[in-house]
Amino acid sequence: MSLPTIAGFILVAFSAILLIGLSLLKDKVKASFRNIPAFAKFNKALGTAVENGTRIHFSLGSASVASSRTAASFSTISVLRRIVELSAASDKPPLATSGDAALTILSQDSFRTAYRIAGAEQQYNATSGRLAGVTPFSYAAGTLPAIHDEDISANVLAGSFGVEVGLLSDAAERTQSFTLAAADSLPAQAVLYVSAQEPLIGEELFASGAYLNAGRVHHVSLYAQDVLRWLIVIALIIGAVMKLLEGML
Amino acid sequence: MSRFFAPVIAIVAGLLVLVGYFFPTNSLAALRMIIVQWAVILAGAAIFVGVLNLLSVHVKKIGNKEKGRGYSLLLIISLLITFVLGMVLGPNNPIMTNIFNAIILPVETSLMAVMAVTLIYAGIRLLRHRNDLMAIIFLLTALVVMLGSAPLPFYEIPLVGSYIRPKIISIFASSGARGILLGVALGTLLTGLRILIGADRPYGGK
Repeated sequence: MSLPTIAGFILVAFSAILLIGLSLLKDKVKASFRNIPAFAKFNKALGTAVENGTRIHFSLGSASVASSRTAASFSTISVLRRIVELSAASDKPPLATSGDAALTILSQDSFRTAYRIAGAEQQYNATSGRLAGVTPFSYAAGTLPAIHDEDISANVLAGSFGVEVGLLSDAAERTQSFTLAAADSLPAQAVLYVSAQEPLIGEELFASGAYLNAGRVHHVSLYAQDVLRWLIVIALIIGAVMKLLEGML
Repeated sequence: MSRFFAPVIAIVAGLLVLVGYFFPTNSLAALRMIIVQWAVILAGAAIFVGVLNLLSVHVKKIGNKEKGRGYSLLLIISLLITFVLGMVLGPNNPIMTNIFNAIILPVETSLMAVMAVTLIYAGIRLLRHRNDLMAIIFLLTALVVMLGSAPLPFYEIPLVGSYIRPKIISIFASSGARGILLGVALGTLLTGLRILIGADRPYGGK
């Protein structure tokens, strides 16, 4: 086994132990997170959508489930399920568009599960989870009509995107709907910083489940993420100091 | 019943692939390859289901006489023509290649061009949205990097292309990018682990 593989194994194993350990501690872990105004604004937009009978649009991105970039979309699917549960009584159900067929099937499954949990199975409609296109730009082109014509009052553009996400956030801006946007790639984050109303940067994308109360495991996961980040920061500082000392000696 | 078996199958398959990655012994590597190949086949089958979903959305749109139904009709006709030609001629036939090169490629390229205009407009709009120090730094940095990269018609601005732009890219941009990517990588790792231990199930059930 090579050194990077050993380091990777140790990181994965330690993260798993941390996640499971913190989950078992249950309520003993009192994690407090910094205020991210975008999530408070989204909660407000959700309430407005339910009251006004308008729709919330989830754009899950176009990464294939077989690729390593799909984690961002999986994270958003958990939020989608939570939001569908909360808005099950609404006249118009949320809408989820994706650029990968398997992701579309997963989003439909999340709709079905959420309605079952909310006791409103009759509300389920297979076309609420849609495949909009199978390449990044065809996905953007297929999603634009949904943003313009489907009575959308809030958009959650969170998943694996490239720069094409700029077209979606621009369309949302033109319809004067609320936009919470996050992506896993750097070019997409730069585009969203300029064009989206409420952009999330970096790991904030993976915090959405914890901030929108998608389940206790999301709180624990975010807490573990913070612990790991601090450990990496400490390791980086130690590495830099050692390098400096090596140069001086 | 499926609510019990789906998580079990997902967790076992996920663990086998992960263990096979870190300990690539002959049997584990072979098992890992088989599971990944099954996933690829399933993803292929999912595309067919996805296309049926796309058709049903647009047929419903036409049926309900919704706005933009003309485009839906065009999409269905184009989809059926491409599907039939693909089935009859095969994907490597010159006609199929021409459909891709003459229709899909130019349309996607023009969307990329629209993107450039959209971004310039968004850049102008940014200060109206977010009138803070970070927005000003963002715009100034973008301007300096563009001035340093673009071929200017008469003369090059001293130091911008030769000193300032390389410093911004190699020090500030790359260190910031590494920080962001570390955060994204940790998020990805924990999302994967949540799914792997069955605490988060994007495949249904709760």
